[in-house]
Amino acid sequence: MVAVEREVSDGGQGEPGKPEDTGGPGKRHDEGKPQGEGKPQSSGTSENPGKPDDQEGMEKRLKAFEGRPCAVAGVGKDPVNAPMIRHWCEAMGDTNPAYAGSDAVAPPTMLQVWTMGGLSGHTGRAEAYDELLALLDEEGCTSVVATDSEQEYLRALRPGDEVGFQAVIESVSGRKTTKLGTGYFVTTRMEVRVGDGLVGTHRFRILKYAPARRRAGAPPETALLPRPVVNRDNEGFWAGVRQGRLLIQRCTGCGTPRHPWLPGCNTCGGPDWDTVEASGEGTVYSYVVMHHPPFPAFSPPYAVALIELAEGVRIISNVVGVPYDKVRIGQPVRLEFQEYGDELVLPVFRAAGEAV
Amino acid sequence: MKPGDALPALEIPITRTLVVAGAIASRDYQDVHHDAELARQKGSPDIFMNILTTNGLVGRYITDHFGPRAVLRSVAIRLGAPNHPGDTMVLTGAIEAVAGDTATVRVVGTNAIGRHVTGTVTVTLPAGEAG
Repeated sequence: MVAVEREVSDGGQGEPGKPEDTGGPGKRHDEGKPQGEGKPQSSGTSENPGKPDDQEGMEKRLKAFEGRPCAVAGVGKDPVNAPMIRHWCEAMGDTNPAYAGSDAVAPPTMLQVWTMGGLSGHTGRAEAYDELLALLDEEGCTSVVATDSEQEYLRALRPGDEVGFQAVIESVSGRKTTKLGTGYFVTTRMEVRVGDGLVGTHRFRILKYAPARRRAGAPPETALLPRPVVNRDNEGFWAGVRQGRLLIQRCTGCGTPRHPWLPGCNTCGGPDWDTVEASGEGTVYSYVVMHHPPFPAFSPPYAVALIELAEGVRIISNVVGVPYDKVRIGQPVRLEFQEYGDELVLPVFRAAGEAV
Repeated sequence: MKPGDALPALEIPITRTLVVAGAIASRDYQDVHHDAELARQKGSPDIFMNILTTNGLVGRYITDHFGPRAVLRSVAIRLGAPNHPGDTMVLTGAIEAVAGDTATVRVVGTNAIGRHVTGTVTVTLPAGEAG
């Protein structure tokens, strides 16, 4: 089954049915959707409208794998046994007395464990699955993440049971774009038997994908940063930023400063205004830490702060000079201007006491 | 017991030991579950829990609640936000349906970055306990 030693980003020692893990380095973008019941969801971006011929050809080749075996006459490396059950229960913190003693049964959720190849690899795997994975590798889909596991337990397994299994490739999706990257969902279904008796079924789904270019923790890609929307109402603000000045609008009617820039005064309704340059002193009024969803221009986690300027207005920005988890409400900060490439300058705030 | 009833939440600290012990107990030696350096090289900030451990924890959550005579009939899970060391996963559950002696329970496991797992478990209860 699953080939081993590929460049996987998640589990998969190469079990027949070895689903891999959790969202791996990133997450499924449909995270949180109901599991189990449905097809893999294409997340987000659409499948190519008007697919090019070569892609259609690829999908046809992939579809041809549906129904082919991925494990034939597999045999569990160990019979169901009390030590492995005990080690599992210790790891899970599971103290269920049904899993111990002379009449013990194995935890049903161990179903797949009895089919794992472990460090010595698998026996009894079928060529089709390796061929399928190799084809996806050629497409650049070298990483794997498991997304779904669906198990039915028909009867309890007990120490001494010798497990056999077989599995088929149930479906291969079309090309999908997810937060992790672009790839294909591969669903396999395994039947686990003891002797001739079916004891359980195990369906699992992996996403085999080409990782999205950016790695977690990498610096933001300047080219991907969203640009400010400059319009008639706020062009003065952005003109100031380009000159290294943070300009606050001030109503000439009642003297109230305001930010962001607006065509009229919220206090008195007056349409006339001038500007005052911010001194640059401020404090963190509030903040949130973004963990998810990731966005191409940014590398979570990062803090988004609402800074209260000495002049009394608040502005959303970034706090630099401290890690995201050291940003605190009330923290003194000082304005600076950060350049991103040749054409983008943004006001940011450095935590006080941090050397520039 | 009736549809809509909630199960008490179970908090599971995601320790490095749990991630590694779960991977090894499930015979999953994939490096991203025990080697932080290699996990980082593959774009993950740290090692993360494997799906078999999540599956085992979801099963444990149900049998802890319903007792040793309850029998799991099926566990279906979908994974989302990875479980990294240092995080805490909170499992919650709600009865979705009751048919005879069998209950269907919807389970969600949430960590600091989102939903790690959503799933559905069917479990058969000893006579007289299905309410």
